[in-house]
Amino acid sequence: MARRNPIRPWAVAVWLLVWQVASMALGQELLLPSPLAALRRLGELALTEPFWRAVGWSAARILGGFLLACLAGTALAALASRRRWMRELLAPLAAAVKATPVASFIILALVWMNSRQLPLFIAFLMVFPTIYLNMLEGIAQTDGKLLEMAQVFRVPLSRRLGGIYLPQVLPYFRSAASVALGLCWKAGVAAEVIGLPAGSIGERLYTAKVYFQTADLFAWTAVVVAVSAGFERLFLALLEHLAGKAGM
Amino acid sequence: MEIHAAHVDKSYGGIAVLRDVTFSAGPGVTCVEGPSGSGKTTLLRLLLGLEKPDGGTISGADCLHWAAVFQEDRLLEHLDAAGNLRFALGADFRPREAAQLLAELGLPAAEGKPAGEYSGGMKRRLALARALLAENDALALDEPFSGLDRESRARAEEAVRRRTAGKPVLLVTHDPGDAARFRAPVIRLERISGGCSEK
Repeated sequence: MARRNPIRPWAVAVWLLVWQVASMALGQELLLPSPLAALRRLGELALTEPFWRAVGWSAARILGGFLLACLAGTALAALASRRRWMRELLAPLAAAVKATPVASFIILALVWMNSRQLPLFIAFLMVFPTIYLNMLEGIAQTDGKLLEMAQVFRVPLSRRLGGIYLPQVLPYFRSAASVALGLCWKAGVAAEVIGLPAGSIGERLYTAKVYFQTADLFAWTAVVVAVSAGFERLFLALLEHLAGKAGM
Repeated sequence: MEIHAAHVDKSYGGIAVLRDVTFSAGPGVTCVEGPSGSGKTTLLRLLLGLEKPDGGTISGADCLHWAAVFQEDRLLEHLDAAGNLRFALGADFRPREAAQLLAELGLPAAEGKPAGEYSGGMKRRLALARALLAENDALALDEPFSGLDRESRARAEEAVRRRTAGKPVLLVTHDPGDAARFRAPVIRLERISGGCSEK
């Protein structure tokens, strides 16, 4: 699928140049390190074992929250599409979770749970309403005439899921997952910065801030962006592969 | 294997679509004729159990395993012919039998081509093949020959004749010649002011 708003290398180069010029104009690495300094620091960090441990620690929890929210959002959307009372019951919950500032949830969750579980919980909360609402909409848009056809031919639910529902809801799921992946990384790392679970990316970001290691701050930020974008591409490619296998 | 409808009424939003429809249909083709809006498709929907009549009774239809050609083709557009047949037929899908019927219907070999890329006539023939291949003991065919050229239509009629012997077949048609070609009794529905009725 062609992107409507593609990121071109030349545009990235222009912004890196702007960053470099701004850094040189300020002349203080503490305030704004140059892209080269950030890249150099990233290279140094990448050669250390704690770096990869931190990336793995955060990725496991944030992506765990994402996957759990995908499962819960899809399952509840499937149930809610068939039961009006359930749709009505979940509507205020989804709306409230969507509208509540993530910082409120993070602070509240810190009261309830260990900070090590925090990124998973916050990632789950950020992803769940997006997946749930999009899947609900996708299921609602399913072609009723095809469902009637399946009913007349006594097609079992398992085949209906693959032949009718999946092609219908997949575009909804794809776009929701794409949005939600970015969201869950932002919120998950924010939760780590506030909750400071040991060994997380958020803890490294906080440490960099405390010790004015601005280059580290940029390097860790770049890591979050890269891991988030990488997983998004991987996840969407996997979806494409599955869709291709299903003949879509 | 006889289907009986007695004094069947059906309305949508207070507008009568069928009023006091009574008929019997046994094995073989029974044509359902009438002008547009006279309730032919609604009648098939009632027989297929997709809707309930507001009044009257239909007996003998609910215990049958129906197969149908709908007014629209209702194909899975992302799947090819075999995929569509496999979806509807499941374990009953036999590739050789399916290929034979598709050939009989003059459906060009379109291996791997999604149904969404078929012409209107090809889609119609695939929808008919699906109904004829499905395990069934009655068929509801809603204008199954629409959009077919003369040769394709003759092939399709022949396939219906050969593959539905001994089963009730309700054939909705706008072509008065169908009843003669199939030597079929006719249920004629008429539009009436404020609704439709059966003659």
